Amino acid sequence: MSEKPNETATLNKAKRVDRIFKACATGAGILILLALAAVTLFLILRAFPAFTGDADSRTHAIISLSGGRASSFLGYVGPLVFGTILIAGLALLLAFPVSLGIALFIGYYAPIRLSTLLSTVIDLLAAVPSVIYGLWGALVLVPNITGFWRWLSVHLGWIPIFSGPVAAPARSVATVALVLAVMILPIITSVTRDILIQAPRLQQEAALALGATKWEMIRLAVLPFGRSGIISASMLGLGRALGETMAVLMILSPGFSYSLRLLQASKSQTIAANIAAQFPEADSQGVALLVATGLVLFIITFIVNYLARRITAKAGA
Amino acid sequence: MHAHGHGRGRFPALLMSLAMMIPLAACGDNVPVNGGETGNTADQTLFQGEFAGSGASSQQSADEAWIAGFRKQHPGARISYDPAGSGAGVNAFLSGSTIWAGTDAPLTADQLERSRKVCGSGTAFDLPVYATPIAVAYNLPDLWPKGSGGHLRMDPALIAMIFSGKVTNWRDPRIAALNPKANLPDLDITVIHRSDKSGTTKSFLSYLHDTAGSAWPYPAGENWPNDLGQGAKGTAGVVMTMNQAKGTFGYADAAQTTGLGTVAVQVGKTWQPPTAKTVANLLDAAQRDPQASQPGRVVLAVDHRTSREHTYPIVLVSYDVVCATYRDDRDGSKAQFAKAWLTYLLSEQGQRMAAANAGSAELGQGLRSQAMASVETIGGKS
Amino acid sequence: MASRTDRGPVIDFDRFRPTRSSIRARKRKDRLMTVLIGLSFLVALIPLVSVLWVSLSKGVQRLTPDFLTHNMSGVVGGNPTPTGGYGGILHAVIGTLEITFGSMVISIPVGVMSAVYLVEYAHGGRLAKAISLMVDVMSGIPSIVAGLFAFSMFALVVGPGTVNGLAGSVALSLLMLPTVVKTSEDMLAVVPNDLREAAYALGVTKQRTITSIVLRTALPGIVSGTILAVARVIGETAPLLIASGFIATTNPNLFSGRMTTLPVFVYNEYSQGLAVCGPGADPGCLTDIHMQRAWAAALVLILIVLLLNLLGRLVSRIFAVGRTR
Repeated sequence: MSEKPNETATLNKAKRVDRIFKACATGAGILILLALAAVTLFLILRAFPAFTGDADSRTHAIISLSGGRASSFLGYVGPLVFGTILIAGLALLLAFPVSLGIALFIGYYAPIRLSTLLSTVIDLLAAVPSVIYGLWGALVLVPNITGFWRWLSVHLGWIPIFSGPVAAPARSVATVALVLAVMILPIITSVTRDILIQAPRLQQEAALALGATKWEMIRLAVLPFGRSGIISASMLGLGRALGETMAVLMILSPGFSYSLRLLQASKSQTIAANIAAQFPEADSQGVALLVATGLVLFIITFIVNYLARRITAKAGA
Repeated sequence: MHAHGHGRGRFPALLMSLAMMIPLAACGDNVPVNGGETGNTADQTLFQGEFAGSGASSQQSADEAWIAGFRKQHPGARISYDPAGSGAGVNAFLSGSTIWAGTDAPLTADQLERSRKVCGSGTAFDLPVYATPIAVAYNLPDLWPKGSGGHLRMDPALIAMIFSGKVTNWRDPRIAALNPKANLPDLDITVIHRSDKSGTTKSFLSYLHDTAGSAWPYPAGENWPNDLGQGAKGTAGVVMTMNQAKGTFGYADAAQTTGLGTVAVQVGKTWQPPTAKTVANLLDAAQRDPQASQPGRVVLAVDHRTSREHTYPIVLVSYDVVCATYRDDRDGSKAQFAKAWLTYLLSEQGQRMAAANAGSAELGQGLRSQAMASVETIGGKS
Repeated sequence: MASRTDRGPVIDFDRFRPTRSSIRARKRKDRLMTVLIGLSFLVALIPLVSVLWVSLSKGVQRLTPDFLTHNMSGVVGGNPTPTGGYGGILHAVIGTLEITFGSMVISIPVGVMSAVYLVEYAHGGRLAKAISLMVDVMSGIPSIVAGLFAFSMFALVVGPGTVNGLAGSVALSLLMLPTVVKTSEDMLAVVPNDLREAAYALGVTKQRTITSIVLRTALPGIVSGTILAVARVIGETAPLLIASGFIATTNPNLFSGRMTTLPVFVYNEYSQGLAVCGPGADPGCLTDIHMQRAWAAALVLILIVLLLNLLGRLVSRIFAVGRTR
């Protein structure tokens, strides 16, 4: 059969469109690579003066931003890194068991109608903006929790991390960690729940049939299945806590030390909140310094994400 | 939202449609108090367009009032003030993206040099527009017997000792000796200070530095020098923190210290509580800072050690930074606006507006005329 | 006897026979865990309910029609405006919508097309691996770092000190992109291969197959995933504080001038503390007006996020029904 020239044209056109489409898709993928490269590049360019400018103005900027507490970049960023990891780690420590509990409650304990409702509510809470958690923490939680921390310090003060004097009002690491825990709780819960309810039904029923109690069934058939998912969910939460700015900025009384005394004021500060707090009053050298600390934060979250990826990849293989 | 392969060509169209929304600009504006539709006024042609400033957050309440007042006279002008902070404000000004900057710290030599790039001729200059007493405040509700109020009395050395952690309890004999009638509680003192870099901190620290002698071991700077007590962001943060717990002690712009007690500071042989009037007396007696001698600049050096009567010694002076002429200002509208804006700010009416709405101290006649001499040079040939 | 030992070790099967006490211990443990799990749920409920309740009860007070239809121009301290209100959030709502829309325009086409590349074209090549690694890395960019990036980029490209709505859109799109890519990727991956093969067998080109069959099938999932991504970035504060600034009037132009968004408005009101009601002030002057406005704006923000969430759910449900036909 002879092809009509008209059809060949359409075919050619279709092929061309096909190629363009593929180029578009590939281009979009490459654009993502470029975007990340651009982020890194621009940050490095902007942070450059913090490392290469003349030594005097560099030191001056660090002294001025830290109120004379540090005079070198490492001395400045060190306590900030410590504070960031301390607060985010504590938040994860507080949120993890609770969100695992809620995820199990939704998936395996609550009646079906209640569990659908709870899932929706948890998903909604995961989207509540952090500035609102900050507002709530600063205006509602801080005045009301001081008494509880004081009680804790009186009874458990012999453990160094709970030793006093308790900050009054309680704008301490402990309070901030609590608010961040509340904030990341819905995220960890919602991801964990999605994974746990996918655990194979057959194994669960087999465990129950063999006489396992409900908890044993969960331990044998549900938790091992979801382990890698649970870990990556907590890493997601940790990542969010590490980068959280507003809640920390609005609640914490910042300090510059390597202290583990959670109930005292002015002990730690996070990188993100420090940038937001100091950016308005920083001159150009100071901005370079703050961008450099932002780069450090970026590297920390990068490592956390990379580890999470490795863990899930290993478990998946 | 759908991603068709040929969707790329549509972005410009989408962006254009966004740009089409510009006529919405007056959307939701509140009508000025003295009525009248925007657009009917005679000098609508004057100051037509957008005029942006940014800088110190200390001026924010005053700027709100000034913008409202200025727009009553010039309804065509759309003025914005971004309370981004002194540093960010001066940076934005030096990049040419704003017409004026509000700053709590006078320009540095480096900043002056950089201002040549945005000013048409010469360097930028800073003029005082806003001043407020800095109160030393405390939260002790039952300090005085019922019915009688008053101010706790303190001398500079005592204030310095509390802020450096040498006096830590309200029942300390050194406090009681100055305040025999006060019902001082047996309570730890929680010191509250600014956690961000701030002009308020610098003014307060230089007061302590000048007056407390050996009781104050730290240099004056814009950041709080020790880790004592608690830090809070902004004046509002300090006041909020202080209101949240008894026994707190801190410093803040006096107008904001609602609900807190304020200290009467020793000046000579008298005890001065912070008021707008007594701080205006301090400014009237202030000298020009000899280091800021560049043309146009009016920078004050206040005498913290003063012993004059009715004078409160701790003050925050906030400046506005402008150019005499602007680069990229072909029709001269930027300079024209800067001149009219500062003339309004430094007028009696403008100062009263700020005093009523931001609780600031009105700048005196003498100071205002010094500053006005610089304002007159704006827009002129030089 | 000897013959029995030859057959291997003796297993004491009694050890595995449940004794009464061990059963009781197991039951106790089961009950304990049930209580703990229920308790963890209740413990978590307290703060979460408190957040919602406080925002609702404090926000309703100032949430009037006047508040929604005015901006903050000409609002001085705690004084009422001529319309009887105390200023409003119209400018912030417009800013939020425009900046979020801008970030959608940037990130959705790029995100969906990258997902198409990853699922339909790459088949696990090196570029694909690099892209999915980068997407994972991007999902961990702290929001303030995204703000710093947008600020630095506009400073270098447009000019120093450039602060406008578009810079905010760029920052937000960076935060949105990973979510869009991941959800689209997941949704494309679950489209049955039979559909693609049937299309190819009929001689349909790859591009037509993808746009009119694969993407159509995956559309509900992509749309709802995108809406959730939007809900996530619409509440971002820190990057917009740096990139888009603050202004009291309505600025409808995304490309020039500062732009206020709702979260920035909330933060700015919060950080102003008490208003001054001096001797010259209006009798209706309210000293705590800033906090009232902050809570009301926070409530509006929660409502917008809630609405978007519900919309996402609705969309995926409506389309999901269509798919089973």
